[in-house]
Amino acid sequence: MINESRRGFMGKAFGAVAAVGAVGSLVAMKRSWDPLPSVMAAGFTTVDMSKLEENKLEIVKWQGKPIFLLKFAADMPAVEKRSVKVGEHYYSVMIGLCTHLGCIPAYSSANKQFKCACHGGEFNAAGIHTFGPPPRPLDIPPFAIKDENTIVLGESSPEYEALIASLSTDNNIA
Amino acid sequence: MAEFEKANSIGEWFDQRLNTSGFWRVMMTEYWIPKNINFLWAMGALLAMLFTLLLVTGIFLLMYYKPDVNMAFDSVNYTIMQEVAYGWIFRNIHGVGASVVFLVIYIHMFTGIYYGSYKKGREMIWLSGMLLFVLFSAEGFSGYMLPWGQMSYWAAYVITEIFGGIPFIGDELVIWIRGNFYVADATLTRFFMLHVLLIPLAILGAIVFHFYTLRFPHVNNEEGEFFDYKEESEKYLAGNQKESKVIAFWPDFLSKDFMVISIFMIFFFYLVFYHNAFAMDPVNFDKADGLKTPAHIYPEWYFLWSYEVLRGFFFDIAGISGKSLGLIAFGFAQIIFVLLPWLDKSPMVKPANQRPVFKYWFWILMADLFVLTIFGKLPPTGINAWVGFYASISFIVLFLALPYLTKLEAKMVGGK
Repeated sequence: MINESRRGFMGKAFGAVAAVGAVGSLVAMKRSWDPLPSVMAAGFTTVDMSKLEENKLEIVKWQGKPIFLLKFAADMPAVEKRSVKVGEHYYSVMIGLCTHLGCIPAYSSANKQFKCACHGGEFNAAGIHTFGPPPRPLDIPPFAIKDENTIVLGESSPEYEALIASLSTDNNIA
Repeated sequence: MAEFEKANSIGEWFDQRLNTSGFWRVMMTEYWIPKNINFLWAMGALLAMLFTLLLVTGIFLLMYYKPDVNMAFDSVNYTIMQEVAYGWIFRNIHGVGASVVFLVIYIHMFTGIYYGSYKKGREMIWLSGMLLFVLFSAEGFSGYMLPWGQMSYWAAYVITEIFGGIPFIGDELVIWIRGNFYVADATLTRFFMLHVLLIPLAILGAIVFHFYTLRFPHVNNEEGEFFDYKEESEKYLAGNQKESKVIAFWPDFLSKDFMVISIFMIFFFYLVFYHNAFAMDPVNFDKADGLKTPAHIYPEWYFLWSYEVLRGFFFDIAGISGKSLGLIAFGFAQIIFVLLPWLDKSPMVKPANQRPVFKYWFWILMADLFVLTIFGKLPPTGINAWVGFYASISFIVLFLALPYLTKLEAKMVGGK
């Protein structure tokens, strides 16, 4: 009887130590697979918009994705719920991956449209799909307008939230 | 301590200490295999052979491969392929072997399905085999990433992206698996670790377990016949080998396996030397570029059927997005084979051609998997998309109908 209870105690003690060890190990193992601090810091990209030329596509890299930045010329009207006003000018700020299967569309300044070589999808300068298989306009990355020449990609802002909100309501209506 | 007498030979010295003769008897000369089998029963030994070949060539590749996004591509395509003496042969064997091992796995697996080798006490053989299939799939996928070509990169991108479809935690899970917002250096090094250490260790363990699961139910035979192994083995040991229904694992069974292995190896090295292109996608000889998607992304041939199930649902049904439906169907396809012993309600353990209902089911399944594989490689546009859709639906319906069909069959044959 005494032996039984001693052995029972040893069993429980080992169980407790093993459980604490197991939980600790799992936490450490899970955390070791998390993105490193340097990777998290690189999750933001600051862009100087003053360097952009009108109707000429600029591609920057943000979180490994191509981001399309297009400064609208005077003859290109701003598109409601799509265009971003930074300083005096309107811009398209979009993730440059076709919403069909993720290829990168090319921009033609002459036609003012994007064309995807993979399956023939077309988007206008504001990134709205006008032809072919793409199911929705080009996605908009989180951005924050810092001053009249600077935006930061990867950081949310009221301007960004407004664009996204209008998107989801549009989808509901459709 | 037990009394030890002076040994008269090296063999006896080891036998005294390790009982090598007893071990040999239990594992080899008195491990009984049914006589009534054909060459399809040699696939297990063939797989063991191929795995050894992959392990050995992998060790040699490991000496020059560099798991770093800036060096990986050149370490494979320049250092191993052009500088290292015979490096090209190690790579070709490894690449062709990875492809062919799946061919043999599929033959092995569908042999089991055809002969009903997953039923009546053989469930653990089936489950451990399916565990090996999952592990080999993970091994194939992680290994495909390592040369860091365009197809490596985009396959890794698409497959890790699949986890993004899991509700609530999907987006974070994808970043966690990749260790970055996109497929990057952290992704390459962790999949390198999985490919060269963790998964091979798990495979070795699972192979030993798979062998062990055969021990008590014994391997199935061509007619699905159940007999008394003790009685039959006694006949064999009494010298009545002609009448006995069993043979010894060694030397009887394995010697025939070696014959099949020999023929297969000639075919295998013919592929390695003269027809290795099927395992070496030309797109993968362009270095990985995260800003340039290849026009068509497709997996290696052995994943095409499940890839086609994934993308077969290309439109919304009843308010559920095509993407979610594809993901659900894909999840279904991944686990459904595992459940086969419980989906097949007929007690018959017979080859499919002797089962009145199952024979149709089996061959329709084969045809459907064939169609899925073919269309998985084609661009999903126009009519292709519809063929993919109906083939995916057929796959699901086949498995959902199996319990009913096999119950019907059980009635037809009177529960035998």
